[in-house]
Order: sequence, then C-alpha cells, then structure tokens
Amino acid sequence: MEIIEIKNLIKKFPVGKGEFVALRGIDLNIGKGEFAGLIGPSGSGKSTLLNIIGSLDSPSDGTVNVLGKSVGALSTREAAQLRKSSLGFIFQSYNLLQVHTVYENVEFPLLLLKYDAEKRKKMVMDALEWVGLTDKVKSKPPQLSGGECQRVAIARAMVKRPSIVLADEPTANLDAKNSHNILQTMENLNKELKTTFLFATHDEKVINYLHRKIFLLDGKVEKDELIRSN
Amino acid sequence: MILAIKLAFRNLMGAGLRTWLNVLVLSFSYVVIIWLNGIMKGWDYQAKNDMTHYEIGGGQYWHGLYDPYDPFTLSESHAPIPTEFKNEIENGEMMPLLIAQGSIFPEGRMLPISIKGIPKDQTILKIPTQKLDTLTDAIPAVIGSMMANSSRLEEGERVTIRWRDANGTFDAAEIVIAGIFSSNVPGAEANQVYVSLKQLQEMMLLPGHATILTFADEKAQRSEVDGWVLKPKSELTRQVDEMIKTKSYGQTILYGILLLLAMLAIFDTQILSIFRRQKEIGTYVALGYTRKEVVMLFTVEGTMHAILAALLATAYGMPFLLWQAKVGWTMPVDTSQFGMAIAPTLYPIYTIGLVATTVAIITITTAIVSYMPSRKIAKMNPTEALRGKLQ
Repeated sequence: MEIIEIKNLIKKFPVGKGEFVALRGIDLNIGKGEFAGLIGPSGSGKSTLLNIIGSLDSPSDGTVNVLGKSVGALSTREAAQLRKSSLGFIFQSYNLLQVHTVYENVEFPLLLLKYDAEKRKKMVMDALEWVGLTDKVKSKPPQLSGGECQRVAIARAMVKRPSIVLADEPTANLDAKNSHNILQTMENLNKELKTTFLFATHDEKVINYLHRKIFLLDGKVEKDELIRSN
Repeated sequence: MILAIKLAFRNLMGAGLRTWLNVLVLSFSYVVIIWLNGIMKGWDYQAKNDMTHYEIGGGQYWHGLYDPYDPFTLSESHAPIPTEFKNEIENGEMMPLLIAQGSIFPEGRMLPISIKGIPKDQTILKIPTQKLDTLTDAIPAVIGSMMANSSRLEEGERVTIRWRDANGTFDAAEIVIAGIFSSNVPGAEANQVYVSLKQLQEMMLLPGHATILTFADEKAQRSEVDGWVLKPKSELTRQVDEMIKTKSYGQTILYGILLLLAMLAIFDTQILSIFRRQKEIGTYVALGYTRKEVVMLFTVEGTMHAILAALLATAYGMPFLLWQAKVGWTMPVDTSQFGMAIAPTLYPIYTIGLVATTVAIITITTAIVSYMPSRKIAKMNPTEALRGKLQ
C-alpha cells in the first residue's frame, strides 16, 4: 500500500531574477512500513523533497500525495493538521525545545493533539522507554549528550505513533557508536510499529541500515534500490 | 489558547533572568502608576473634603456683585439676608457670612486682609467660631495657621484692625487672637480674619446684611433667589477638579515614559526571541502548529510578562501601597504657600477601578507590543526557520 505517491514533482526556487530548479520531475512511491532513504550529495534535492513530503513546502509542479492528501492543494491549516496527526520529524540538529524538559519535549505533540493527561503520560513514558531515556525525564536538552538529544527527538517523533517519520540527516552530529544506537532504535520501531521511515542522508552509517536506497542527483532519481522488503 | 498559555508559561520560566528583568520593570510601572493615581485621588478627596469643612459647606449663595477675585466689589457685595432663608438659618442649616476689606498692623507692618463675619454658634464649617464667644475688651478673632505664620501672630496676641464702614468712614479697633485653626485651605486661611457676624455687621453699619450664605445640605433642591447667585458645591470645587486634571495630564506623561521603558524591554525581548528562536519556530510548525498559532504563542508569551508583573507587583507593591495609605506621603516642601488646598501629608486612595484600569491598560499595551514583532513569524518560511536561517 503506497502512502506517499509522487508524480512528476518539480520544485523551483527564485534566485535573484532567475530561478533554481531543485527537483526536476521526481516520480516515486513509498509504501507503508518502508525503511527508505533519499541518498545524495549536498544540493541533490533530498531535503527539499523531504520538506515537500512533510507539507512544510509545496511543489511548483506535479503532485505529491501523502496519506491520500495532495500536499500542494492543502491549506495551511490542513497541512498543519496532517503534520500534527500523521507525520513525525527528526532533524540533524535535534530541534528540541531548549527550556523544556525531556518529558515536556516528548509530550508536546500530544498536547497539540489534545490528549488527556493520563493518556499523555503513558504514551510519553512508552516513547521514552523505546529510546531508553526513562531516567532522564526531568533533564533539559542542554544537560544531555548529542546521542541522548537525538533519542529524545526520536521519542518526540514517535510518541503519537505517526504513519510516517521523516528524518533529515539524523546522524550528522553524532559519533559512530551513537549513530548505530539511534539507527537500531529506529529500525526496531519500524519493525514493531510498522511506521514508515524516510531518511535524507549521505552518511554511510545510515545508508548501511536502509532497506531501500533512493539515489538523487541534481534533483532527479538516479537509482532506486530495494535491499530487502519489510 | 490554554495550550498557548501553558507553553508560553513554560517558555518564560525557562528563559529565567531575562523574563524576570522584564517582569520587574513592568511591575514597577504597575506600582508607580497605581501609587501616583492613588495620591491624586487622595489629594482630590482631601482638597474637596477640607474645602467642604472649612470654606464652602454643601454649597453657597453669593451676593450678585460678589467676586472673590475683585476686592473692589466687596464694599457693594452685601444685602439683607433674604427672608426665605430665615428658618434654615435658625435651624443651623444655613449660615450667613459678611465679608469686608480691612488691614491689620502686626509688628508695625500693614497687612491687607478680608474680615469675615461668621455666626459664633455655627456648626456648618469646622472653623472654631465658638472661640469668638470670648469676653474681652478687644474684638475676639480667629485666624488660620497660614495667616498666623505670615503675620507671626499667636493665640492671645492683640493687633490693631482698620476697616471702612458702609458710609466710607475709616475706623479702627483692637482684636485679640482667640484661636488659630489649621485647614489646608488657602481660601479659608490666607489673609482671613474671622470675627463674629454681629460684630462685623456693627462695625460695618450693616445690620442683617451678608455677602455669602453657606448651606449644609448639598443634595437639597434649591431655587434661585433674586439678587443672589446659587453656587453648588460642584461649581465651587471645579477649580480643584481642573487643577487635578492638569496635574493628571502631567502624570500621564510620566506613565507614558514608564510604560514606554517597560514596553521597549518587552519589544526588544520579542525581537530577540524571534531572531534567536527561529529553529524553535520552525519546530513548532513541523510539529503541527500553523504560523498564525506560533504568532499567537509568542504574543501570549509577551503578554504573560504583564500578568507575571501584576503578580509580582501584588507581592511587593501591595504592602507598600497599603503602608502608604496608612502613613501617607509627606510633601518634601512647605505646602502652605502653594495657594491650593493641599495637605502637608497626602493619603493615597486606591479603588478597584483604578487597579483594574491600570492592569488592563498595561496588559493590552503589552499584548500589542508583543504582537507587533511576532507578526514577522507569519511571513517566515518554515523550512528556512528549521535550519535557523535568518529571514
């Protein structure tokens, strides 16, 4: 079952009086429960593609359907609703709320979904258990290591059990050991919860974990390689 | 909205010292504005209260020609007391006052004065007129402390008084200071010498005449009387209202400056927040907020400074304001020469309306100042914001 369907996606950015074409006719389908990655050098368009799938940006041309919704046709409110309910994000620099505790950071998406306190608490503790951070609930991001911060970010992305998790260079700021821990955690969550993971990366450590490798070059899909199916 | 308040509170607490510095400055505005307004209200109350008790009672009838600012009209501004007021005067609900011009000669100096003839047994004004009922070979007189200070007269002292009677003939006698009172009302004290009404009527050869009729009940319906002008209390205290209004304008500038300083701090914090917290803004959007909701969050965050400031102001300001209401604020200079009804110590009066208005004004101003820079968020590109790229 395809949960991301991309047809002839073009994305242009204005640059001075001209424009820069970041994506040049991408055709791509991602199925439920995939552990896939967009691989390519800087400027290949992988982050742009990830942002469009995440409804943070809109296509210049072509269609992008995420969970049956056309991203380009969504209003700001509808796009926010899609992100809130069905998408999880993991960023290179974690993007944790610095003044909030680990618990509060992970709880945040559930607050937006207006879950009651009891349900929130259970879901937050479950998410922290998945990433092994139950002993850090009261810590704040500045008190955590990079690996721990990224695990909090994973817990935050996973806590609402989203259909899709979009991870943009999640290991770029981590050492090898932490990278493997993080990737193993994500792979386990993918297996257990059947959550679709889509990475944007050029990190070998991540690439080795991917079940599907989609190579991008100059805004086009150069190669789409299925390593193993889920 | 509740979520925005919750998050804003967490963010503010997390910001630590920066938050508390802003809150402290704002709370200072609350306390100063409430205190200064309280002083004004207290002054207004005191001035009108003292004027009522020492000068105007519940209102007055003035002789048609009487003009307190033109002493040359005094010789003509008197008439027999209208018969329709006979009952009220007998019941002590109205009091006739005769005013004449004269001079006294304390320590050989000539001092122009107004001689006021007042019934010895009146109870409408707090002037100690019972002291005029003194048996002595001189004319008993009562003066205010401002007059006593300027003429250096003390109780029991004698001084020559000169006046011109209704026929234009100069006459002189000796008065003895039977009492000195303090009222804070220049109109009742400065260059005023009170003698008994009967005494002055005899001195002026104007038996049964009066210049002013002061009544006790300000609420009673009163009609115009031929040759006399009705001066209700509101008209007689209008000068105080105007003076306080003028002072209030001056104070508004002070409030404006205070608020401006506090608002500058809030505005600066908001600008800095939006500049420094771009990644956070992008994260909020990625997690499911619309940009408008982020604008709302930042506006609530800024506005919450005003709420926290109100709480802080309550903590340290309330004891201060209550203490001030009890001990009052003593003017650092001698107020007797100000020419207005102002007590040496003013007791601030705070009302719920005053506190509520101050809190509302500061909160609304803070909300506007917080919203203005936050609008920039609505124009941000979330993908750029997520990268912390300046926009």
